Amino acid sequence: MFLPSPKIVLPTVLAVVGGLATLTAAAADAPFKVGFVYVSPVGDAGWTSQHDAARKEMEKALDGKVVTKYVENVPEGADAERVIRDLAQSGYQLIFTTSFGYMNPTIKVAKQFPKTYFEHATGYKTDKNVGIYNARFYEGRYLAGIVAGRMTKSNIAGYVAAFPIPEVVMGINAFTRGMRSVNPNAVTKVVWVNTWYDPGREREAADTLISQGADVLTNHTDSTAVVQDAEAKKVYAIAYHSDMSKYGPHAQLTAVTHQWGAYYTKEVQAAIDGKWKPGSVWGGIKEGMIRMGPFNPVVPKDVQDLVNRTATDIASGKFHPFTGPLSDNEGRQRLAAGKVISDEALLKMDYYVEGVQGKLPAAK
Amino acid sequence: MIEHAITLFALTLAAGTVLVFAALGELVTEKAGVLNLGVEGMMLVGAVGAFIVADETGNDWLGVLAGMLSGTALSLLFGVLTLSLMANQVAAGLALSLFGIGLSAFVGLSHVGHVIDPIAPLAPPVLSGLPVVGRLLFAHSPFVYLSLLLFALVQWFLFGTRAGLILRAIGESPQSAHAIGHRVIAVRYAAVAFGGACAGLSGAYMALAYAPMWTEGMTAGRGWIALALVVFANWKPWRVLAGAYLFGAVTLVQFQAQASGVAVPSQFLAMLPYAATIVVLALISRDTTAIRLNAPASLGRPFHADT
Repeated sequence: MFLPSPKIVLPTVLAVVGGLATLTAAAADAPFKVGFVYVSPVGDAGWTSQHDAARKEMEKALDGKVVTKYVENVPEGADAERVIRDLAQSGYQLIFTTSFGYMNPTIKVAKQFPKTYFEHATGYKTDKNVGIYNARFYEGRYLAGIVAGRMTKSNIAGYVAAFPIPEVVMGINAFTRGMRSVNPNAVTKVVWVNTWYDPGREREAADTLISQGADVLTNHTDSTAVVQDAEAKKVYAIAYHSDMSKYGPHAQLTAVTHQWGAYYTKEVQAAIDGKWKPGSVWGGIKEGMIRMGPFNPVVPKDVQDLVNRTATDIASGKFHPFTGPLSDNEGRQRLAAGKVISDEALLKMDYYVEGVQGKLPAAK
Repeated sequence: MIEHAITLFALTLAAGTVLVFAALGELVTEKAGVLNLGVEGMMLVGAVGAFIVADETGNDWLGVLAGMLSGTALSLLFGVLTLSLMANQVAAGLALSLFGIGLSAFVGLSHVGHVIDPIAPLAPPVLSGLPVVGRLLFAHSPFVYLSLLLFALVQWFLFGTRAGLILRAIGESPQSAHAIGHRVIAVRYAAVAFGGACAGLSGAYMALAYAPMWTEGMTAGRGWIALALVVFANWKPWRVLAGAYLFGAVTLVQFQAQASGVAVPSQFLAMLPYAATIVVLALISRDTTAIRLNAPASLGRPFHADT
């Protein structure tokens, strides 16, 4: 029987231990790998563009501690699953999937990679290693409404909208309530274009709204066409997702911008520190996820002040854009005076509030 | 009311023009017997070419030229594949669309988010100031007039000239045309190139005037609609024109209806332009004999001179 002499064993063990030590040290020094999955090309403005700006912001804040990678233009569905799995397999430790349709692929891949952290935007399914996050876009919409209400001369605002889902309807309603809080005679006209992205069609819808008297436009679609059209037709616009003032230097009154940078920084830092937990975050102005873009100088000082004051009240919880009395546009009371709407009711919103013209396509 | 009608008319012309350019080009290509399904790709490549040149030089009309050339270049690639190398036209056309979509996205990457001075609608000093008539006739985008001119040219060329007759003969029976000494492949190349230039022009109109910007996929499927228009219009230029404007008009009327608060589901309204255009064009082309007579008999079939 062969017994290795201690002379051989000891150095071997030492070497192994030493090697392990170097390995762990290397692991601690190696930058933390963060992956992002985007539904559209990064582009210059819009939903994905804001996520990518946030990625860069996080990278800068955690300089040297992280490496990031993004995959853009990933269709929702089977392709998404492959992309997310690829990222997990190549050692990305925290993966942000930034579109609603990535929900099931994210959950599925997360089960196969229990040590990897995942965060899915705008969904509702969580798991041991999957957190969710979303923003209260409607808070910004309400503030945009205040600006529109004070700036409109025709008392008609035009809203180019993509699909009649609660998130979009919530925005239309918040905008209208904000507008009517300062101008009870103003109404919102809505045109549904049934696409998230078609610059030609968005422009046609904007033209239509202008021809029907709208002098402030806003949109819930993904191109800059509405702001550009407003600029060309000399009416006002309030941009969404990103600051689009370069596309409409005269037209853009302000913008409701999405800001994910602080959140990404916080989550990645937590993951590096080993303190990451799957959360369910629905942040708004308070969390810095929603910020109003720069004000056009034509917006009077008192309007800017009012917007800032209201923003502070929303952030502190003193005020909620959907505080009763709240009636739909068919006269049915949805919320009694003084009551504040529940998050659950918000996420199921399927009616237009008073002041929106027309009938909601999805309404039963 | 009259104010509304004038606006609607102007918007319809503007919306239809995108389709008019692309569909007229495809019509000529198909009349020569070549089916190029790559319209969407050629439009996008035209759009990006036009936008880049306009952005770099500051001259929009140079951009238009570049757009047409880009569309032509892509169509010639299709020509080489299908006319010289005898590849399957359907497969090559589909591939061309996919290639054009990808290529335009790649080439245009560094110009996303740039802002250009768009080509504005005309405003001739006295004429456009005339009540009603001024805005009805004289205040459209130069592209609108260009598209009408193109329509007249195509109509005249196909049905009023000897060259047009030869082109149509080649679309019907390339063998016979070849037998009496016409150069089938050369004419088909020319027809394909014309289709490419028109698709490029359509893209240039989108990127420089209609929705002045460059973002990938900005034509959003209009190339496919143009393709369908040609078939439903039974290969007649005036029906292509009518179909394109009808499509634009119904889109805009449904937007008007929505903005006026008409209680019809928007999903139904969104479907309407497609349904209305198909129904109307199918009705006016319901004579099956006429369809058979009008459809280029050799459409999509490769030609090889046997001798």
